[in-house]
Amino acid sequence: MGKQRNQCFKVGLFVISLFVLGACSSTSEMEDESANTESAASSSSSSSSGAGSSNQLTQEQIRAQNALRQTVFYFDFDVAEFKPADRETLTYHARDLAANSGKRIRLEGHADERGTREYNLALGERRANGILNYFIVNGASRSQIEVVSYGEERPEQSGQSEQAYSRNRRVEVVAQ
Amino acid sequence: MKLRLTFLLALMLAQVDARAELSIQITQGVDNPIPIAVVPFSMNSGIVLSEDVSQIVRNDLEQVGEFRTLPLSNMISLPDEEQEVFYRDWRILAQDYLLVGKINQEPGSQLVQVQYEFFDVNREIKLAGEVLTGSVTQLRDIGHTISNVVFEQVTSVPGAFTSQLLYIVSEDAGPGSSLFRLEKSDYDGARPQVLLESGEPIMSPSWSPNGQDVAYVSFETGLPRIYIQNIASGQRRQITNYPNINSSPVWSPDGNKLAMVLSKDGSPDIYVQDLISNQLIRVTDHPAIDTEPSWTPDGQFIVFMSDRTGQPQIYQIALGANSYDVERLTYDCFQCAKARFLPDGVNLVHVRRETRQALYKIAILNIETLRVITLTDTSLDESPSLAPNGSMIIYATKFNGKGVLDAVSIDGRVKFRLPSTQGDVREPSWSPFLN
Repeated sequence: MGKQRNQCFKVGLFVISLFVLGACSSTSEMEDESANTESAASSSSSSSSGAGSSNQLTQEQIRAQNALRQTVFYFDFDVAEFKPADRETLTYHARDLAANSGKRIRLEGHADERGTREYNLALGERRANGILNYFIVNGASRSQIEVVSYGEERPEQSGQSEQAYSRNRRVEVVAQ
Repeated sequence: MKLRLTFLLALMLAQVDARAELSIQITQGVDNPIPIAVVPFSMNSGIVLSEDVSQIVRNDLEQVGEFRTLPLSNMISLPDEEQEVFYRDWRILAQDYLLVGKINQEPGSQLVQVQYEFFDVNREIKLAGEVLTGSVTQLRDIGHTISNVVFEQVTSVPGAFTSQLLYIVSEDAGPGSSLFRLEKSDYDGARPQVLLESGEPIMSPSWSPNGQDVAYVSFETGLPRIYIQNIASGQRRQITNYPNINSSPVWSPDGNKLAMVLSKDGSPDIYVQDLISNQLIRVTDHPAIDTEPSWTPDGQFIVFMSDRTGQPQIYQIALGANSYDVERLTYDCFQCAKARFLPDGVNLVHVRRETRQALYKIAILNIETLRVITLTDTSLDESPSLAPNGSMIIYATKFNGKGVLDAVSIDGRVKFRLPSTQGDVREPSWSPFLN
């Protein structure tokens, strides 16, 4: 899955911006998504002889929308940098913001409960700021993005297990 | 030796209604507690009171670990005033001290008179005694006041039994949502009162030095902002509205300033806001995280945590100094955080992560001798707060997966726990002496 994404990534970079520009007037993303998914499925099975470029566009649309559907990014313990594996998905988010100047998001940073609460509040902000800066470098505008850290105050999963901790160290991208 | 007493306050069990009530468990006492007899206070006939004053005193004294009270079934006489006291009765029972008293209430009146007398059994003298008058709703206050007198007579340290706690409770409120409360209670968890309730997090409650106000962080607007609330009236005002983090408010010893953390200029730094002139002074200026400010007892320095060397360590800076003129205080821990000096200005209470292993304990570092005493043996300890008489530290930890408040004496000998009956309890802040 990851390799496949990487291969198509370079090819699709210019295509996605075209798609995003075309889709930005839409107010109902969910409906568009399901419609695209269905048409993609039927076109790949029925028309192997169809126009390659339009088929590729659809694949890229799916890829972009799958990426945008991932809105939670998890972090390692005591680490403020996002995981390299999330870079590509975050790039899609950044380009989506760049292409939709009216879009506003909130980056909510979180930490697991280990360590003092005020330090975790700062750590959550540092994590969210890392993604904020990545978005800006990739074309988003600072004014589109609000950052808030909840520190360890809003865990996704309660408990003292490593599993719970790994779910709680995160940044959430929340559409405004 | 560990005294493992599961010591539940019967009176508090009687009112386990809506709110989570904290109740004390003594988890570790001293090796040679002082034997003291607290005779049940007599009452004139027909009185029914909601609280047992002598039992409150007994619980107070047991709870700080320094005392062992005589079981009622062992008493061979039940005096309620000096004329009825025969010292030999208490010497036979190996008691060092004796407390007796009587309670009077005029029929139909809401006022009660509680007379108590306190004796040194070995020296055969009365050490203290008075009549306290209050309403029937103040029986716990009267009990705690008597405990203060007993504690100070025996230890020469003022008792802190009339002090109070602020703390945060969070509870599940359905899928993906929580309810947060700022509560105040007696030092032993009794009589909890909700000061603020919110669907958004509340953090970092801090008492004003006069005990009348609390500063805290609330996310009620969706963003962390600092508020000050009057405890008696409930009246509150928002103190800060800077971009990004506004956190960690801590009052200066004179009550005129609030140290705080703001990340409005990029990264969290320490600031001081003058509450009279509203002037904001920047104290630290570093791209790393600077947070968790506290004041030295003389109010001249701010102690804070910074990860400027890579891991959290404790530093101090003089108010008015250049922001680069900081002094590092900790070197021997993987992480040291949330520090505050004891009133002696030498011993530093802090949260210590000794090694890379993620264990967090409450410890005291003497910054002159560099001796470290680790006070706790649990692993997720944080938010230490000192009793007004300097004898104990209350802190938050986890027990059976729940947030609870534990207390430990500053020599580590005595421990007790205030378990919560519902929700997670955390961020305790022990009041100053209240009058």
